Amino acid sequence: MSRPGFPEAAREALSDSQLRRNLGKATTTIRAKRHEVVSEVDDWQALRDAGAAIKRRAMATLPEQLERLEASVTAAGGIVHWATDGAQANAIVADIARRHETREVIKVKSLATDEIDLNEALEREGIHAIETDLAELINQLAGDWSSHILVPAIHRNRAEIRRLFEATIARGRTLDDSPEALTEAARLHLREKFLTVPVAISGANVAAADTGTIAVFESEGNGRMCLTMPRVLVTVMGIEKVIPEFRDLEVFSQLLPRSSTGERMNPYTSMWTGVRAGDGPQEFHLILMDNGRTRVLADEVGRDALHCIRCSACLNVCPVYSRTGGHAYGSIYPGPIGAILTPQLEGLENAPTLPWASSLCGACYEACPVKIDIPKILVHLRGRVVREVKDGAGAEKAAMDVVARVFGSRRSYERAQRLARVGRGPLNKLGRSAPGLRAWTEMRELPEVPDHSFRDWWRARDRRGGGDGAGAS
Amino acid sequence: MAVAPSPGEAARGTRVALFITCFNDTLFPGVGQATVEVLERLGCTVDFPEAQTCCGQMHANSGYQLEALPLARRFVRVFADAEAIVCPSASCAGMVREAYPRLAGLANDDGLAREAAALIPRVYELTEYLVDVLGVEDVGASFPHRVTYHPTCHSLRGLHVGDRPLRLLRAVHGIELVELPEAEECCGFGGTFAVKNADVSMAMLSDKLRHVLDTRAEICTAADASCLMHMGGALRRMRSGTRTLHLAEILAAQE
Repeated sequence: MSRPGFPEAAREALSDSQLRRNLGKATTTIRAKRHEVVSEVDDWQALRDAGAAIKRRAMATLPEQLERLEASVTAAGGIVHWATDGAQANAIVADIARRHETREVIKVKSLATDEIDLNEALEREGIHAIETDLAELINQLAGDWSSHILVPAIHRNRAEIRRLFEATIARGRTLDDSPEALTEAARLHLREKFLTVPVAISGANVAAADTGTIAVFESEGNGRMCLTMPRVLVTVMGIEKVIPEFRDLEVFSQLLPRSSTGERMNPYTSMWTGVRAGDGPQEFHLILMDNGRTRVLADEVGRDALHCIRCSACLNVCPVYSRTGGHAYGSIYPGPIGAILTPQLEGLENAPTLPWASSLCGACYEACPVKIDIPKILVHLRGRVVREVKDGAGAEKAAMDVVARVFGSRRSYERAQRLARVGRGPLNKLGRSAPGLRAWTEMRELPEVPDHSFRDWWRARDRRGGGDGAGAS
Repeated sequence: MAVAPSPGEAARGTRVALFITCFNDTLFPGVGQATVEVLERLGCTVDFPEAQTCCGQMHANSGYQLEALPLARRFVRVFADAEAIVCPSASCAGMVREAYPRLAGLANDDGLAREAAALIPRVYELTEYLVDVLGVEDVGASFPHRVTYHPTCHSLRGLHVGDRPLRLLRAVHGIELVELPEAEECCGFGGTFAVKNADVSMAMLSDKLRHVLDTRAEICTAADASCLMHMGGALRRMRSGTRTLHLAEILAAQE
């Protein structure tokens, strides 16, 4: 996906007053719910530590865990495929659908398949993918794309959705804006698909290596339908979703719902292990997809981004995301986690402005249920962009070098301070003629450079013998 | 509950080295003067190592970690012998504490890693030093004005100073302290973020100022002059009648 820089995309989003209102309302609501249910857990911090430790262990032993997972899924009657990139994963899915001679597949909400544009790839093969998650369905009907990890249509309000449904799945009918009326319209449309389409596609929240059990956490029940009704189930899973032991699921089943929807427990947790005669899908495929993940794993600081459990707590608390929305990030992974994940998955050169899409306020780190230190990784990636993409060149680098030299000795620093006072010199230049100056003064006055520095005052006081600390060095 | 020591006795004989920050030194000397005044009033002997320049935060946070390295090495050398290093800026104190070990790691500089590790336990943000080390909340200030306090991100989520600034402010004589709505949300400064993502920064600033003005405070205070420059620059532009003042300046006031 080619994307404009974040500042440009954000500027456009910020001017949309309807979007600002929808987002402000939605993020404030989810934030408050999350705060309430997280505060009531006494050992929340210990749970976060446990989540982080399990993920760290899984990533440190990833090849071993994936082989264990393959063995246990195969033993339980599943078929395991390996995909290096999105194109390979898409081709495997299309091939399975073709073999079952279906022109339609139903889908559980899945970020991994959004990441690789599976729907578009299938469409090119003449296979129509039907999204069954309400928000994903809304986006699909509107020709729109996800702006939030958990609530992909967060940028839309009920009135907009009513108008959309009346023009598509509920054509000819008049709906009202109530959640009941809107979900009923979606339910009528989807029920027939659940009963007739033979192939379902899902992602995975967690896959336990020891038992080969896959788990999907959801709210609406559409997932449960997809995972149990069709004859064939295909799960596309990023390789970082594997955890070593089934018992580790206990930790994530506590962390995830409270962090994502602000619920103590999500309404539907589906788990399956291979296939079982007479119960659920009789053919199960698991596609283990890399698509840039091993490259992320090679970065000792950035790799923690792979610990993400896609709860979206960091989006809801982010002062940037809650004003710009997800589309400005140009990726299905928006918000703080997207700002560290997208540049790593797709290559820094393809998203060089994203690591700067943050004021480093730290709200994301505080909210993250697996303690990903997002601000630390943002700063780390900024350094990599400067060194690897910009190649140590450009006007900014030159300015930074000049200022670093000024700060390199007391003499040059004090000289620059004196020059700044009379509107000259490198420090003055940094403040008064930097590329961002116009942006600063659009809304703010610049501070006056005072007629003395602190150290001038200190020295003058010293000469007068003032203060208890007359013995300044 | 222990009785707080009265000003002038708390720290008799304690030596502190002032880490002024290049930002305060050059643009907000009053913050440094106020810090010295408060510490001396409490009995501290203040040193100002004049070889200090900049801790390297702007470089490090903007992706120029390698350029920040000499500044970090310089800092640990300048302050190596200090008993306590006190800084009236949460973000610069946080830079030394959090980022120096990372910079050392990035450059595989074991010397810097060692020196930083030895230095870090002695680095204090001003309110931490006053409350935790000197055990003082009433610093003998008097400031009869309506004030609201903005907890900056680096003091709140970086250093976890908690309610220390508020405890100090509550003890100021004559002050009318009013709570800031949505106080914990970022003001939108973020260093170079304010110019690199100017539009988002301004959107965040607008909301912050709306809350500040809703309090009807005369003064908005905080532990970082940089965030205050951002907020204060807009408050002045608006002719709002509300101004910004660093926490140290309120603690030094004897109006």
